[in-house]
This record gives sequence, structure tokens and C-alpha cells, in this order.
Amino acid sequence: MRRPGFYLQLAFTLLVCAFLIVPVFMSILAGLTHNYFLGVASGLTFEWVAKVWELYAETIYRSIGIALACLAVTLVLGVPAAYVLAKRQTALTRAIEELLVMPVAVPGLATALALIVTFGGFRDLRTSALFILIGHVLFTLPFMVRSVLAVMSSIDLKTLEESAATLGASFVQRFFSVVLPNCRSGILAGALMVVTLSIGEFNMTWLLHTPLTKTLPVGLADSYASMRLEIGSAYTLVFFLMIVPLLIALQAVSTPRRKKPLPQEAAPGTAP
Amino acid sequence: MTSIAVRLEACAKTFADGTRALHPVDLEFRPGEKVAILGPSGCGKTTTLRIIAGLEMPDAGGRVWFAGEDVTALPVEKRNVGMVFQNYALFPNMTVAENVAYGLKIRGAGRSEREQRVMKMLEMMRIRELAERRIDQLSGGQRQRVALARALAVSPRVLLLDEPLTALDAKLRDSLRIEIDALLRGLDVLAIYVTHDQAEAMALGDRIIVMSQGRVAQAGTPREIYHHPANRFVAEFVGTLNRVPGRIAGDQIETPGGRLPWPRGGSGTVEVFFRPESVTLADGGGQLAGTVTSHFFLGDRTRLVIDLGGHPIIVETVARREFRNGEAVRLDVDPATLFTLS
Repeated sequence: MRRPGFYLQLAFTLLVCAFLIVPVFMSILAGLTHNYFLGVASGLTFEWVAKVWELYAETIYRSIGIALACLAVTLVLGVPAAYVLAKRQTALTRAIEELLVMPVAVPGLATALALIVTFGGFRDLRTSALFILIGHVLFTLPFMVRSVLAVMSSIDLKTLEESAATLGASFVQRFFSVVLPNCRSGILAGALMVVTLSIGEFNMTWLLHTPLTKTLPVGLADSYASMRLEIGSAYTLVFFLMIVPLLIALQAVSTPRRKKPLPQEAAPGTAP
Repeated sequence: MTSIAVRLEACAKTFADGTRALHPVDLEFRPGEKVAILGPSGCGKTTTLRIIAGLEMPDAGGRVWFAGEDVTALPVEKRNVGMVFQNYALFPNMTVAENVAYGLKIRGAGRSEREQRVMKMLEMMRIRELAERRIDQLSGGQRQRVALARALAVSPRVLLLDEPLTALDAKLRDSLRIEIDALLRGLDVLAIYVTHDQAEAMALGDRIIVMSQGRVAQAGTPREIYHHPANRFVAEFVGTLNRVPGRIAGDQIETPGGRLPWPRGGSGTVEVFFRPESVTLADGGGQLAGTVTSHFFLGDRTRLVIDLGGHPIIVETVARREFRNGEAVRLDVDPATLFTLS
């Protein structure tokens, strides 16, 4: 026999879940319904998804392209930056660490405006997807740095490197054989974060894009504004299909693995 | 393994914040020797070890010599030293075998050569069955063995061990100490241990270098250090020491507990020192008279704290009898073991 409070809590939890999930479900359903105004009774169809592909495939490819390029740049810039921050604990590096929170606090629109003011005069840059990439790197780089830095600070990097050095490893050998593999979880989490954020970024991209350099979220806004509701919803469905696996993977890598208990001290070594 | 001599010449170390970790020291290590550098934390012993390894540069003017070769400017990765770190510093991203193979891989050794050498090392350390384990699946003692195997795998010119047993519990520490000692004695390699544990230093070192506040307080065999400490710091840091004030009167010293024979002359008031094991309980007579203030039965012996006219001393006896607090005892001290310090 459960306490009466249990059912009250269960009902409340289900209500909250419904509150969060029902709109998502409705949106997905709208994208698969023949005619939204007639309801599901009008039949289910993939015609809108096909239409989305026909109209917006380009934005999807561009978003994926920018996300991967953004990942490459943040890896090349962010991992060494995190390494320097982890190795040199000075007032300056601590200040930089604090400043890394900024992109989260500053609205994307403000960053975008700053970029336009700075680079807007370079026509070729302004009209290319590279311009969006610059914005995305600015936005996502701190996430990569923080993610890698968190792991680097949690292990004794200095001693590991020193022990590799006594075994004859040069700086480059140490970096690739000891530093990077031991920061893998942080790099992986950072990478997934960067890709997820880049694919979903709207605020900044909205200002940075041109009609020829639309990304997926910008295309979404476009379709909501100018297409039938079913197309916008089908587009959202496509977006979900791309982003949800990324989010699940992100969750999986950022959950620390359960540690196995230490074996008994008397084990093999002492008893030959 | 080819063993070499190592020499430090006027090596000092001042850190960026201005602290002087090490005053200029000159030290010589002979080929194949086992040396323990002993001292309390902050005495400069680890800095000395790190200078030998090449992990720290000595201040300008200091020189490090490996068998007649000036290696002062040689970076750590070129020095070919083996080092066992206090926390072992094993690579968590590799298995036990991969850890041991790391140095060989860096040196470009072929796969079969590597595997052979790794197996030999693991067998020597009696951890062959752990080869495929991950580091987080090992106990402290097992990690210590892997760390030693990894350091020895590359046939280092010098083996450096930084507090190798400190992280282990007492019982394991004793058994591993005996094993490491036997193992390294079988290898013709100069091994330098850093430790704050005097028992460990005595057991492992052919020679002990006692350090204090960035200087060498005394260097010598364990017996010299224990029986003939050069100064008060060494005398008090190594082992337990009794101190009694006295006044030299001819061939005797007058102490609060009675007169002790003193064949070494001199005059005036002195502090006279002796170790707990130099004292025996006298049945009758005896040079000193005191009162038992506390007693601890340790199984193989009994430790007594005895009051000598207001000065407590520690005495160890194997006598199989009971003691009472307040009991009056007579003591003899072996005159050859008495010493004074300037």
C-alpha cells in the first residue's frame, strides 16, 4: 500500500512531463499530417518531409558543414588553449578562465553586431559562410576550452608529463601520447557540445547570414514565416532527428563512468 | 645496465618566488651505489633528486655530471634516468604492459623486442598476470611494482625514487622495502632514494645523505649517521635520542641521575646524549637512579619513560618483567655510546 501522497506526486510529475513533451509531440505530428487543419484524420504522410528536403536540403548541408568546420577550429585552438591555462596558474590565466563565461552571458545578437561592425566592410567575407563560421567559433570556443580544462585540472597532468619525459618522450610525444588521450573525455564532451551548439545556433546566425548562406535554424525561421505550418513542422522534425542523437551522446560521455573497487592489497604481486 | 657515477657541483635552487630550496651542494654518487637522501619535508631532498633527473635546472653556476659528462643543459628526456614518482604517475590511458613498454616505444624499439623486455620486467616484479590490467584496477602495491618496472625497462643510467613507499600502508611498506632492496642490489645501477622515513633510509641506503633546510647535514653510512651524528639535527632526526645535562668532573660526568664514566676529558657543563638501547637495567648498583613514569609493553620489548631528576629519558628493555609507575630503577649506560654535540 503506497502513501496517498505518492499518487499526488506521480500525477504532478506526469503533468509536468506532458507540459514539456506534448508541444514537441504535436509539432512532430503536424509535420507528418496530411492537413493540419483537418487533423490526423486527414492521414499521415512523408510528403512534407520530402518537401523540406527539396526546399532546404542546402541549409542542412551548410549547417553540418559549418558545425564540423567549427569543431575542427575549436579543437585546434581550444585544446592547446586549455592546456596552457591548466599548466600555467597565474593571475592572468585565472582571469582568462573567468572571462570564458562571457559568451554565455553576452547575447548572440550583440556578438553578431560586433562582428558586422568589424568585418562588415570585407564584402567577400561578409557574404560567405565563413563569416557565420567565425561567429560560431567565437560562441563555441569557450565551451570547448572549459570542457577540456575541467578534465585537465582533475588529473595530475604535470607529473604524468614529467614521468613521460623521464622515459625519453619529447614535448610533442608527451602531448600526443599522454596529454591528449588522458583528456579524451573532456575533448569528446567539448566536441559534442560545440557541434550541438553550432547546429542549433540562431540568434547570432540570424544577423550574420545572407539569403545565400542560410543555416538550418535560420531556414526554420524562414519556413515558419513563409511556408505552410506542415512544412515548418516537418522541418522541425528533421532538426530533431539531427540534434537529439547528439544530445544523447553528450549526456552519455559527460556521465562519469562508475569506478571499480580496488582489488585486495594482498593480490598477485605479494604472493608469487 | 651500465652504472655510472653522478656528481653535483655547487648545485643550488632558488624558485621564482625567491624561496631558496637548496643552498649550493656538492654531492658524489658512485656507480652501483644505493643512496638514501633523508630529511623532513622542505629540506631540499626532492629538489636535489629533480635536479639530478633534469626536471629542475640548478641556479647558474651549478653543474650536474653523469660519468664525466656535463649534463646540466641536457633536458630530462635525453638524460636516460629512470624515475619512480611518489604517486607513481602511471599513465591511466594505458594498460600495465603499455606503461612498461612506453619508454621502449619512444626509443623506437621493435614490437618483439618490446614485448620480450616488458615480459622480463613484469616477471622480475612478479606482476606478469597483471599485464593487460588497466591502472585503475591496481592496488597501491601493484602500482608501485609497475612504476618500478616501467622505470627499469629502459635500462636507465640512474634510478631515482621519490618517496617510493610513503603512499603504502605499514605492513606492505615493510615487505615491499625488503623486496625492492633485494631487487636493486641484484642490479648494477646507481639508485638514489628520497625519503623522510629514517627506517626506510637505513634499510635501503648503503649511504645516507641527511639534509636540513636546503643543506647537507651529514653524509655517511647508516651506522655512522646513527652512532656518530655530526650535529644535533642529525642526532635528533635519526632515531630516538636521550639528552641529559651534566657537568664534567675529571673522568666522570655528573648528571641529575648520578655519575657516568667519561673517558674523553674536557670540562664545564655539557649536554650528554645516548640512545635508548644503550641503557640497561642494573640489578644492583648501577650508575644512574631514576623513577619509572610510564611504561609501554611492545611485545618483544618494553619501552620505559624514566625520570632522571626532572629529565625524562626513554629506555628499552627486553626484560620479561612487569613495571609499575613510580617504581625506582637503577640504570647502566654503556660509556662508549655516550656523546656530546657542539
